[in-house]
Amino acid sequence: MSRPIKFEQLGQLIIAYSKELIREPGVLFWGIVFPILMSLGLGIAFTKKQDIERHVAIVNTSDSENKKILNFLSNNGEIISGDNGEDTYKIILQDENMGNTTLYFEPMSWENAMAQLKKGTLGIIVEEKEGYKIYHFDPSNTDAQLTYMKISAVFNSRVLQSARNDVVKPLTLRGTRYIDFLIPGLIAMNVMTSCLWGLGYGVIDKRSKKLMRRMVATPMKKSHFLFSLITVRFTMNLLESGLLFLFAWLVFGVIIQGSIFALIIVFLAGNLAFSGLAVFIASRTANTEIGNGLINAIVIPMMVLSGIFFSYYNFPEWSIPYIQKLPLTLLTDGIRGIFIEGGGMSAILIPSILMVTFGTIFFLFGLRIFKWY
Amino acid sequence: MNSEKENISTIIEVKGVHKSFKQVHAVQGIDLKIREGEFVALLGPNGAGKTTLVEMIEGIQQPDKGEIWILGRQWDGHADELHRLIGLSLQETRFIDKLRVWETLRLFSSFYSLDQHRSNQIIEMIGLQDKKKAYVVNLSGGQRQRLALGIALLNQPKILLLDEPTTGLDPNARRDIWSILLKLKEQSHTSLILTTHYMEEAEQLCDYIVIMDHGKILREGPKHSLLNDQDNEKLVEFSLEETITQPNKIFDDAPFAIDWDEKQQLGKAKISMVEKSLPSFLNYLSTKNLIVKNMEWRRQTLDDLFTALTGRHLDE
Repeated sequence: MSRPIKFEQLGQLIIAYSKELIREPGVLFWGIVFPILMSLGLGIAFTKKQDIERHVAIVNTSDSENKKILNFLSNNGEIISGDNGEDTYKIILQDENMGNTTLYFEPMSWENAMAQLKKGTLGIIVEEKEGYKIYHFDPSNTDAQLTYMKISAVFNSRVLQSARNDVVKPLTLRGTRYIDFLIPGLIAMNVMTSCLWGLGYGVIDKRSKKLMRRMVATPMKKSHFLFSLITVRFTMNLLESGLLFLFAWLVFGVIIQGSIFALIIVFLAGNLAFSGLAVFIASRTANTEIGNGLINAIVIPMMVLSGIFFSYYNFPEWSIPYIQKLPLTLLTDGIRGIFIEGGGMSAILIPSILMVTFGTIFFLFGLRIFKWY
Repeated sequence: MNSEKENISTIIEVKGVHKSFKQVHAVQGIDLKIREGEFVALLGPNGAGKTTLVEMIEGIQQPDKGEIWILGRQWDGHADELHRLIGLSLQETRFIDKLRVWETLRLFSSFYSLDQHRSNQIIEMIGLQDKKKAYVVNLSGGQRQRLALGIALLNQPKILLLDEPTTGLDPNARRDIWSILLKLKEQSHTSLILTTHYMEEAEQLCDYIVIMDHGKILREGPKHSLLNDQDNEKLVEFSLEETITQPNKIFDDAPFAIDWDEKQQLGKAKISMVEKSLPSFLNYLSTKNLIVKNMEWRRQTLDDLFTALTGRHLDE
């Protein structure tokens, strides 16, 4: 009668997989350094108050009848020499709270303006025709729309400074900044990619190398093989997420406002969901390239849809209920709720149950069709 | 228990085993007995069914028909027990790249509840003392194959299954593997089943040869009896000045059966007691006005036997 748990086997498997993981510099970079760099880059990009620079093309200026814009700019702006030899006019809209906006008006030909618009170096082309100003820009581009509003105000001499009676108070409180929104998303995304690549791809790789077949030709318990892989992955995820949080706390002052216990529960549930999915994906595939494609097919749509970087409420309304049921959305919303809304067990109970159920179903089904050799 | 039976000397018994994969009938009714301490070579070209037969003995393939008994047990219900009695090395196994040699052995030792001492013994046995702390990924092909063999020997198996253990290795690395196996043969009662398409390997290591092709056993027996060494039979190869176009007509009254290859213009004849019989053979050729251009005789090899049985060479 064999014992259900063989501690020596299990211990050696865990040691071997841990060594395999930590001895691979790429694993440490992609698992720990990369999410930190991403949070640093995005955090700085979206948290720091920045001066804005926008370039505007002025076309059709050779017509002597249409010199109103140039006259206005030479009276109100600073003349600097442009790249194309023509004078460029610079107007600065001062704003202490939101940052200054510097507008560069560059006279150029229509062809040149179109070429630059296509390259994205400018967002708006202004044309003067029979005394009227015509603005050319993509109305679905919100940045171009905002620039249009600013320059039309400039031309109509309405605003050269922000409204005197309005008070703009930037939100710098913890929990309301972009970095507070981003960090929980990055943690959730890391759990998903780490489980699917680390665990799923790891199993496929061991199968394709025939290592798994060699191992099951010994008295090794098959359950120990998977259990040790999952244990190492859970531990690694915990370490990666902990370091990412530590970094965000030290650099950006990100804090966990809700229950730590609830956070552990939702984190474990998320790990379970993606481990189950990883075992299912890896259950039969022996080809690492197919495995690669399969994992990408799952990871990329969820990364786009689940509101890691930006809110999923930007998607069409009919799709929101479906997006909210995705495991990555459940995990992201769960962690985010605890981080920034101060949520507790009641907020994450149902999402956690859903994730555990999801993971268990995929795990059991994957195990049923699992190909050991 | 009806799945257990007594048989003292027979370690493995394969009875009427068939196995098909989709359209391919890989193993077609094979019967085979392997005795304790016997080193058996399954010799045959690629696609002969050797690996499928070994995989069925190894328990990872189920025969469609027939039975396999290993030490009086069948796989069904005895998997754990049989895994402890069998050691194996696959055609190609890549162990964990960034695990050291001793750590890899330690991992596999834990599956058999063996201690560090056994890992050290194995490292010595396979001659990897200098590479003990090297990562597996940094080992040469021969060293990796020696490690795979070492892992197969960890549990002091009663049965060792080696599937083309030296394929792709250079001659020196191949000889290293052979010397480990020959030492094992001297020092233990382990039975070995070795699949190979290197006749030299089978001849060097094994006492019993099974020649397979297209899923069937073409010939089997002790090595010396298969090669007729007891009759001191030699293979005479000769070429003639004349071009022979109708060999059946010309050689129909020859004192020895002559196998003439028209393409190569080369004749082969199996002749017993060649020193005594050769003059009569030369006489026969001169009565036919045939002039010998080249002639040599040598011991018959397994490749000659395989060619005689199938019309093809082992490495084709």
